[in-house]
Amino acid sequence: MSYSDKVLDHYENPRNVGTMEKDDPNVGTGMVGAPACGDVMRLQIKVGDDGVIEDARFKTYGCGSAIASSSLLTEWVKGKSLEEAGKIKNTDIAEELALPPVKIHCSVLAEDAIKAAIEDYRGKGKRKD
Amino acid sequence: MSTNIQRPIYMDYAATTPVDPRVAEKMVQYLTPDGEFGNPASRSHPYGWNAEAAVEDARKQIADLINANPKEIVFTSGATESDNLAIKGVAHFYAKKGKHIVTSKTEHKAVLDSCRQLEREGFEVTYLDPEPNGLIDLAKLEAALREDTILVSIMHVNNELGVIQDIAAIGELTRPRGILFHVDAAQSAGKTEIDLSTMKVDLMSFSAHKIYGPKGIGALFVRRKPRVRLEAQMHGGGHERGMRSGTLATHQIVGMGEAFRIARAELEKDRAHITRLRDRLYDGVKDLEEVYINGDMAQGVPNVLNISFNFVEGESLIMSLKDIAVSSGSACTSASLEPSYVLRALGRNDELAHSSIRFSIGRFTTEEEIDHAISHVRKAIAKLRELSPLWDMYKEGIDLSQVKWAAH
Repeated sequence: MSYSDKVLDHYENPRNVGTMEKDDPNVGTGMVGAPACGDVMRLQIKVGDDGVIEDARFKTYGCGSAIASSSLLTEWVKGKSLEEAGKIKNTDIAEELALPPVKIHCSVLAEDAIKAAIEDYRGKGKRKD
Repeated sequence: MSTNIQRPIYMDYAATTPVDPRVAEKMVQYLTPDGEFGNPASRSHPYGWNAEAAVEDARKQIADLINANPKEIVFTSGATESDNLAIKGVAHFYAKKGKHIVTSKTEHKAVLDSCRQLEREGFEVTYLDPEPNGLIDLAKLEAALREDTILVSIMHVNNELGVIQDIAAIGELTRPRGILFHVDAAQSAGKTEIDLSTMKVDLMSFSAHKIYGPKGIGALFVRRKPRVRLEAQMHGGGHERGMRSGTLATHQIVGMGEAFRIARAELEKDRAHITRLRDRLYDGVKDLEEVYINGDMAQGVPNVLNISFNFVEGESLIMSLKDIAVSSGSACTSASLEPSYVLRALGRNDELAHSSIRFSIGRFTTEEEIDHAISHVRKAIAKLRELSPLWDMYKEGIDLSQVKWAAH
């Protein structure tokens, strides 16, 4: 498998690796994928009172493009409103990283991860009400 | 050939081996105008006679390694063709006798796909499940044999796991029943003893490029006593006693012969060297948590070490190990996105199949290379587990098999 330089860069130097307190009301966690399928992404976002994503962290079990997709995603969502972040499309990620066709599902997983994280955060908001 | 960029350490000997320089040196003597370039089938001049003599010498060298008669060796383009010729050739010749074949789920694709083709032609095939260590349970094999079984095909050494099947014992089950027994020995020749004067094997496939010979040449052993018949797959000049037509590739055959000669002379030396290095490699990584051996080190060849590093995905591990040339059972390294069918057939969960790495070492592997590999592997595992949410969960004591995953 020959990867683009961008994938290799994110793989070699993954951005924003880490874990946030999942019970923090300002943190939304999205975990998608399954070990049996060979990839699991956990994306966490910390949302300010203004609804803007202040910080993002990820951990990913998966191939190089799964790791790169989630690493890139954490860079992209920081500073975005939840609405903007929810509009990130897998095709944007695939294009930015020049993913080969067999790896497109990794970018789909990343899109699922941000959507799941936003949903988790919004769910917490409801519980507070 | 020399390049400034350091090439990765080669640890994929089960995929192919470099040609031993002694083999290459012999091969070049059979190509050029001043060499023996003749067609071994030419009967009217010394060019042909000399080429034929070289081919017959090689045939004997190959037969000697496996204790067979040179007349029982049929040259082919490789083990894939040998498997095709053995399985389809026997099935077509003996179809009137019966249409049932027994094989296993962990066979090479050349065997499995030949069987699939025969199923399309109306044959019935039983695919045995191996035990969790990769070995075939002889009682299960015996139970699968029927009145109309004409062929059993079981590999000697598995290419992914390195486990050695007890082919001598299988032959004792097939011979009294008049069932032919084919063995794919591509991974075992030169690595473990093969004695066809005692083993009741009827057909055996060989490859040159797995034992320091050239690619593109192989052989099929076809027993003469009791006689085994085949329907040829390749028709033409009636070469190889009508079983495989096509001009013999003298230089390839000479290379294969020399490789088999060296393998016979140096089997013990190679095995001692490789066992020592395999043990060193395993000792260097076994203390990492959640490390699993795929296969069975006690009943395997030493040149293959297949390990799953749990919670780390195989393709990303291979990316981290870019200084080492290895292969993985991970789906992500295959075009099909399916994890290794061999590991799945063992009943390994998919996670462990995705996390597997096959290290295969050989004659030219050095202690220094092993030590490099150990240090690279340890660094890569530490890095990727730091990145792995599954490792986090494992450390928190969460049972991953109880988690509801959103499969995709």
